[in-house]
Amino acid sequence: MRRSLILDSTIRFVFDSVVVFSVYLLFAGHNQPGGGFVGGLLAGVALALRYVAQGNSAVRATIAIRPRTVLSLGLGLAATTAIIPLLFGDALLDNAMLQLDLPALGLVKVPSAIAFDSGVYLVVVGLVLMVFEALGDDDPAALDGAPDIKVPRL
Amino acid sequence: MLGTAILVAGRRLGPRALLVGGVAPLAATAWAVWNAADVLNGRTITSRVSWVPGLGLEVDLRFDAFTLLMVGLVSGIGTLVFAYGWRYFGDGVRVTRLAGLLTLFAGAMLGLVLADNLLVLFIFWELTSLTSYLLIGNDDHDERARASALQALLITGLGGLVMLAGFVIIGQQAGTYQITALLADPPTGGPMATALVLVLIGAFTKSAQYPFHSWLPKAMVAPTPVSAYLHSAAMVKAGVYVVALFAPAFASVGIWRPLVVTVGLVTMLSGGLRALRPYDLKQILAFGTVSQLGFLMVLFGLGRPDATAAGCALLISHGAFKAALFMVVGIIDHQAHTRDVRRLPLLGVGWTTTKVVGVVSAASMAAVPPLAGFVAKDSAYEALLHGGAGDRWVLVGIVAGSVLTVAYSLRIMAGLLRPSLVAGEPSGKDASKRDAHSVLPPSPWFVLPAALLAMVTVVLGVLPAGRLVREAAAVLDPRSDSYLKLWHGFTTALALSMVTLFAGLVLFLIRRRVERAQARFAPRYSADHGYNDSVRGVLRTAEVVTGIAQPGSLPVYAAVILVTAAVVPLSGLVLGPFWPGWPDLVGASAYIPVAALLIGGAVAATIATRRFTAALLLGSVGYGMALLFIVHGAPDLALTQFAIETLSIVLFLLVLRRLPDHFERRAPAISQVPRLLVSAAFGVFVLIMGLASAGARRMPPVSDAMVEDALPKGGGRNVVNVILVDIRGLDTLGEITVLVVAGLGATALARAARRQSASDTGVS
Repeated sequence: MRRSLILDSTIRFVFDSVVVFSVYLLFAGHNQPGGGFVGGLLAGVALALRYVAQGNSAVRATIAIRPRTVLSLGLGLAATTAIIPLLFGDALLDNAMLQLDLPALGLVKVPSAIAFDSGVYLVVVGLVLMVFEALGDDDPAALDGAPDIKVPRL
Repeated sequence: MLGTAILVAGRRLGPRALLVGGVAPLAATAWAVWNAADVLNGRTITSRVSWVPGLGLEVDLRFDAFTLLMVGLVSGIGTLVFAYGWRYFGDGVRVTRLAGLLTLFAGAMLGLVLADNLLVLFIFWELTSLTSYLLIGNDDHDERARASALQALLITGLGGLVMLAGFVIIGQQAGTYQITALLADPPTGGPMATALVLVLIGAFTKSAQYPFHSWLPKAMVAPTPVSAYLHSAAMVKAGVYVVALFAPAFASVGIWRPLVVTVGLVTMLSGGLRALRPYDLKQILAFGTVSQLGFLMVLFGLGRPDATAAGCALLISHGAFKAALFMVVGIIDHQAHTRDVRRLPLLGVGWTTTKVVGVVSAASMAAVPPLAGFVAKDSAYEALLHGGAGDRWVLVGIVAGSVLTVAYSLRIMAGLLRPSLVAGEPSGKDASKRDAHSVLPPSPWFVLPAALLAMVTVVLGVLPAGRLVREAAAVLDPRSDSYLKLWHGFTTALALSMVTLFAGLVLFLIRRRVERAQARFAPRYSADHGYNDSVRGVLRTAEVVTGIAQPGSLPVYAAVILVTAAVVPLSGLVLGPFWPGWPDLVGASAYIPVAALLIGGAVAATIATRRFTAALLLGSVGYGMALLFIVHGAPDLALTQFAIETLSIVLFLLVLRRLPDHFERRAPAISQVPRLLVSAAFGVFVLIMGLASAGARRMPPVSDAMVEDALPKGGGRNVVNVILVDIRGLDTLGEITVLVVAGLGATALARAARRQSASDTGVS
């Protein structure tokens, strides 16, 4: 795959904003359009952009943790949040609300569902990472002479 | 829990692990003895821990006189087995694992007898199956051990599942899963007969009843301490325990009594016959166990007060003498490195205690007065003599079984004292010539646990534990009012006992002829063959079914899925009043360009010749859908759809570059006709389904309530998100779990395929 300079430098700018936006979606999701699933997908799209522009090694450099760790962290987080209410005698997945009066932000309500949603987010991101790991090119050397992608030529 | 700790900390504990593990049953025994007086006065100790209140699952435990008996058996013998195992194993590498498993097993068994809830009982039941699987297969380098362990697991595990079905029916019928409540007020009704048969099948598999007994003799590959425990106190007694628990309440329901009694008697007789054949002392004991279990089944299964009491007595005495006998055989095996009577030397100096223990225990098994076994059997005869005409036949069967018992007990005694008596024609090298001095006598500590058990046997014979048995039987069956004693006077039962002993002796004296007759008439097809054949049958069926259901052709899969999806609901729709009328064709003017994009993209995708183009066109259809969502005012869905489409195009590309650029040449027109038909049918189905479901609503939509609840209960204004993370949170949890599993599977497959192609072509 040839690396395109324009694509490459655009991604450098876009990537961070997309990731920030995806995190925003995750946190805003409870009250406005968004949520863990969409947020995770968007982060996945950001990673896909990076993959298309810079290859798998760039994706791997972005996230230091192994994909399967991300995956299991997400599932573990979601499952734990689901189970914790049981310990207090409530129903599975019961929602709790934490109200914080932060100095700069004012009154902030943090529902426990955020933790659950973050689990979903991590699962989706981990899954996307895994797919790149499994189907993407492994080493930069393979990027060169490979008869592979003819993507940007439409 | 201690068992798990031992498994974890095992390596450091070394050979001491068994001693640590032994603390658990010892503590349970101490606790049981501490509370014994209370319980014998008719009090019941219960405790209840809420486990999953939402499902009504509670861990109910109860401790009454019958439980005391079982706990005494399980923990008392458990403690001795641990002490015995300590000398038996010495410093093995596997000792720690074994000790941990044995502790777990003892714990599971304890839980089983303490449980007062059918479901809890079932869980402990399967736990004993699992741990016994690991225990039997302890020597995992031995293929025979693995196969035997698997056989035990398959038979008892399957039986457990069948029993679970029975438990569920009973629980639904009774409205409670609590055993005491259930037995106090036994449910009635049609399904009960079926449920009880299911429960009985479970009990039969666990207690090695005919025809499910084949796993038990095979389980002999386990180390002897494990066998001693499995066969005397735990595991096999679980089935008997369940039958004992249920019989008083349910014995007259359906075919319970004929079934249990027949199966029990057949087991008792066939086990006894088989016990007359082998030369391996442990095998004799194993078939003896099968036979005795049949006896126990009959006694408890009758569900009559006096028989139940006799069963309780036999339960104790069998535990004591069988464990002691296994220990003795284990000692011999350990010192002489063989259990085969044909190769056993004459055991001489230093073996006196062992021999006495063995002989006393075997005599108790043969019901020689004044030992515990005699007291039990005497009361069994007594109970059956006072029954109706049907009981006479049962009695005949039991006497016949007991004659066999006497005969194989004598075989064991003779094997201990003078192996050449049993051995038959010495094979080649004369075994008894083997130097007796090469076999070192066991250390006193080694014999001690077995000796203690033999003492119990003697003491219980002279001073029967009448109180315990009476109370235990009374718990099971309030009508019971029995008393055990050694001497009833000259009664018919005593005469029968004497006849039994005599006949057994005769049978032993003419053993050569019996052996020849057995060799001639022994059935060629045993239950073991049945097991093997059924396992093979299952595997073959699975192969055939897989072959049909998974031909490996993608077009076939797709066709099956689409045709099913189109035909099944469509026929339902067409048969019912389905036509809601044409809806408003053009809702909003914004629909028109979006619809054009959708239709155009879809049509173009079907005629594209390059895979890549087709994928992009499909993507455009997806984006069109997202636009539709926006027009409908569903920003959440639209956002998700956009992200998904973008991602899936990238993923498509990852896969597509490994495939040829263009589609293969079109299939001949003739084979395209069915494809077109399937596609058209599916399209029609989706259209009609959409129309019908839009017009089918009769009830107020559930989403109204969700919208109302979202803010106060879920604490969020975005209803879609609240549904996802709160109202339907469990669904989401399930979905991401599926996602993770599917993702792991798919990537593993992809990697495997890549590795293979890399090794095939040399390029990655």
